[in-house]
Amino acid sequence: MTPTGNDNATADNVTGSGSSAAGLAATLMPVGMEVNGMTVALSLDPRTTLLDAMREHLRLNGTKKGCDHGQCGACTVIVNGQRINSCLTLAVMHDGDAVTTIEGLGTVDDLHPMQAAFVKHDGYQCGYCTPGQICSAVSVLKEIAAGVPSHATADLTATPTVTRDEISERMSGNLCRCGAYSNIAEAMVEVAGAEA
Amino acid sequence: MQFDAPAGSNIFDDARIVGKSTPRIDGPNKVTGTAPYAYERHDVVADQAYGWIVGAGIAKGRITSMELTAAKAAPGVIAIVTAPDTQPVGKGMDNHAPLFGGSEITHYHQAIACVVAETFEQARAAAALIDTNYDRSTGSFDFDAVRASAPRSGEAETLGDFETAFAEAAVQIDETYTTPGQTHAMMEPLATIAAWDGDKLTLWTSNQMITWAKESLGDILGIDSANVRVDSPYVGGGFGGKLFIRADAVLAALASKAAKRPVKIMMQRPLVANNATHRQATHQRIRLGARMDGHITALSHQNWSYNVEGASGETATAQTAKVYAGANRLTAEYCATLDLPEGNAMRAPGEAVGHLALEVAMDELAEALGMDPIELRVVNEPDAVPGNPGKRFSDRNLVRCLREGADRFGWSERSATPAARREGRWLFGVGVAAGYRGAPTCKSGARVHLADGRIVVETDMTDIGTGTYTIIAQTAAEMMGVPLDHVTVTLGDSSFPASAGSGGQWGATSSTAGVYAACVALRRQIGEVLGFDADDARFEDGSIVAANKAFRLADAGTLSAEDTIRFGKFKKDYDVATYAGHFCEVAVDAYTGETHIRRMLAVCDAGRILNPLSARSQVIGAMVMAAGAALTEELTVDTRFGCFVNHDLAGYEVPVHADIPHQEVIFLDTLDEIVSPMKAKGVGELGICGPGAAIANAIYNATGIRVRDYPLTLDKYLDRLPAIA
Repeated sequence: MTPTGNDNATADNVTGSGSSAAGLAATLMPVGMEVNGMTVALSLDPRTTLLDAMREHLRLNGTKKGCDHGQCGACTVIVNGQRINSCLTLAVMHDGDAVTTIEGLGTVDDLHPMQAAFVKHDGYQCGYCTPGQICSAVSVLKEIAAGVPSHATADLTATPTVTRDEISERMSGNLCRCGAYSNIAEAMVEVAGAEA
Repeated sequence: MQFDAPAGSNIFDDARIVGKSTPRIDGPNKVTGTAPYAYERHDVVADQAYGWIVGAGIAKGRITSMELTAAKAAPGVIAIVTAPDTQPVGKGMDNHAPLFGGSEITHYHQAIACVVAETFEQARAAAALIDTNYDRSTGSFDFDAVRASAPRSGEAETLGDFETAFAEAAVQIDETYTTPGQTHAMMEPLATIAAWDGDKLTLWTSNQMITWAKESLGDILGIDSANVRVDSPYVGGGFGGKLFIRADAVLAALASKAAKRPVKIMMQRPLVANNATHRQATHQRIRLGARMDGHITALSHQNWSYNVEGASGETATAQTAKVYAGANRLTAEYCATLDLPEGNAMRAPGEAVGHLALEVAMDELAEALGMDPIELRVVNEPDAVPGNPGKRFSDRNLVRCLREGADRFGWSERSATPAARREGRWLFGVGVAAGYRGAPTCKSGARVHLADGRIVVETDMTDIGTGTYTIIAQTAAEMMGVPLDHVTVTLGDSSFPASAGSGGQWGATSSTAGVYAACVALRRQIGEVLGFDADDARFEDGSIVAANKAFRLADAGTLSAEDTIRFGKFKKDYDVATYAGHFCEVAVDAYTGETHIRRMLAVCDAGRILNPLSARSQVIGAMVMAAGAALTEELTVDTRFGCFVNHDLAGYEVPVHADIPHQEVIFLDTLDEIVSPMKAKGVGELGICGPGAAIANAIYNATGIRVRDYPLTLDKYLDRLPAIA
């Protein structure tokens, strides 16, 4: 299935408006991904990050660029079930991968439980780091459920549990300058409790 | 509407919506990634090209040549705008360092070119091909080296005879505290899309102050500001860093003109700290003289800071005239001129770092007196503004903040002896600090529309994470008697009535008061249409009851009203401010010196709290930023090359999740009749005034080590930790 809601997502025009640059076409590479459950075929400058493929080519603006250097986590997306910084990876490295962005978790009319919990607990202020926080938060609960240990896990042979320390440690790659950390942790605890 | 006298009783005293904890109406958009921020507004104008900013590689000197041949020939390049080929642009409101143009370089990473290309990757690659040569000149970058010769800014403020009173005081404290430069580090970098339509310029940008931005762009670009439209409905954090027009907006406008196409620019993160503004370092000397009963008899606060030529320093004495009694006083500001990037407002300018000194000095005085730090503050609670005894406080409940906080926090369990509480590897300590932050107001306008019983609010006010959308909707819903979901709020567009904007923690009370004024006007129009006296009517649940007759709001048809709240001179008789008691518990690793914050509490006195849910978030967020200021944040100056070396989010350490425990906030149920019809004051800056000092005092209580050089990193006290028993 090709996305129809994203007006710039077909192979003909993904390089942006009427690319007149001579010689550019030769440098493009095809890449196919499943983004939020939809198959997309892109033809990209190989220097394009996965982040810019989402934002500039698929116009999925929810994934944010805060630093473009893997320092802030605002660009966190879920690739093949694992959260990654989408600014630190090139789109062409993800041929055949399944990518979930914030838009794939829920919509305004049908929020993902984590999205709803962020609204309830005011787990944000300016909202710019929020999609990355939510993609991380959803992934963190899955990592704990899957038994993946962290620096905060006291006993590496035991199954980790959802504690405040585990949450804080695993979320520390997602900066929030507005300082919503305490509320984000409460949102996550609520969702974890509901899942348990 | 003119606000010319204390508010008296009004509709908000019986509010059903204002003052109730309300999830943000913009929340679903923010959590689904559908709230549009400046750089991602693909839909506002077609054919957007990408701009990449080139920053100067020297801090002072001249560009002698810029070789552009390779860059111009690079794939996809549409235009290159360079500083040497551009007449220096003008300066807008509170711009001090040059924004763009000419060959002279006055600070590191000053914008010297903008490359426009079809794609982001092409613009970035082409920019790397520009070969710039400079004639580097000697600059002054070392604050410590020039501090002693810094001239005084204005007159010293004096009262009584400080020197004599201090010399005669039974107990004296004379200490010096230093704070480093800090950067706003808002998560969304400066970003703008610019498009020209003939003489008309539209900027979709990220800015806290829309009216200032529009006016400033006229001055900067030498065009009629009437031809400028600015739109900024979502701002990904500002903290003062987006108060004024910066290079992203200037370059987008110039590059769009050159490229004859809309151009979008996001300032690259590594440029932000040096290209834009920062909070300057301070060097503060505080002297306190007191009687044995704790009464302060002599109080002096001198602050040294710096800035570029013609601009003021970080005014750390800002709160000192207001907080504690004392008959003999001396405060003075000194400002050196340096060739570092421009210093400018960052969250609670002056006060945020002033508290890091004053509130630790009070802790030191308490210890010298053998007094509880809270009791010392209570003893020195003033009746009138201490530095200006003719001036009253509008409504001040600092003592309640401290007392109620002490109860809540379990302060009575504190050991006055430092390093007395050890649990395993952890040394525990608690600290307290008072918080003071002014509560100014600015005139603010809004337009309200009624159609089909629903309300639309338009104002150029911004929501920078502060919760503006929601408190404005609450205000309009309360006034017009409709449910919250019958109100649509549109913000940040300069075609809307001019508002107070977001700064100085004046936004919430000013902008909602402006909406109140517009709603009063709309209610009167409705009264005229339906035939009742609106000022004597009750608007509730889509109905209106007036003189025992009922009307339906929807029957009033389609109406619009606009008004601006203006604040009268009577307010000048009062010091209108907000207060807090900040409490903190830390655990310091007895072996490594690493500090962990275990508990934080703020008790805030800020009048009516319009939305407790989002107000609490502002306070906890400010407490996080205060934790950064106390423990980790420091712009490190390379005094050879004149730049902040740690100019990204890896080198500049803002607090992360693991640094912050559960935080508690209590709002006192106070009302301030003087501030505005809302009786509400801001909290976004109050929250950063004090918690850092509470942390520092807690570290002292835990370890017995007083470090007066922020941030309090473990290298500064590791060698002085108590012996391991």
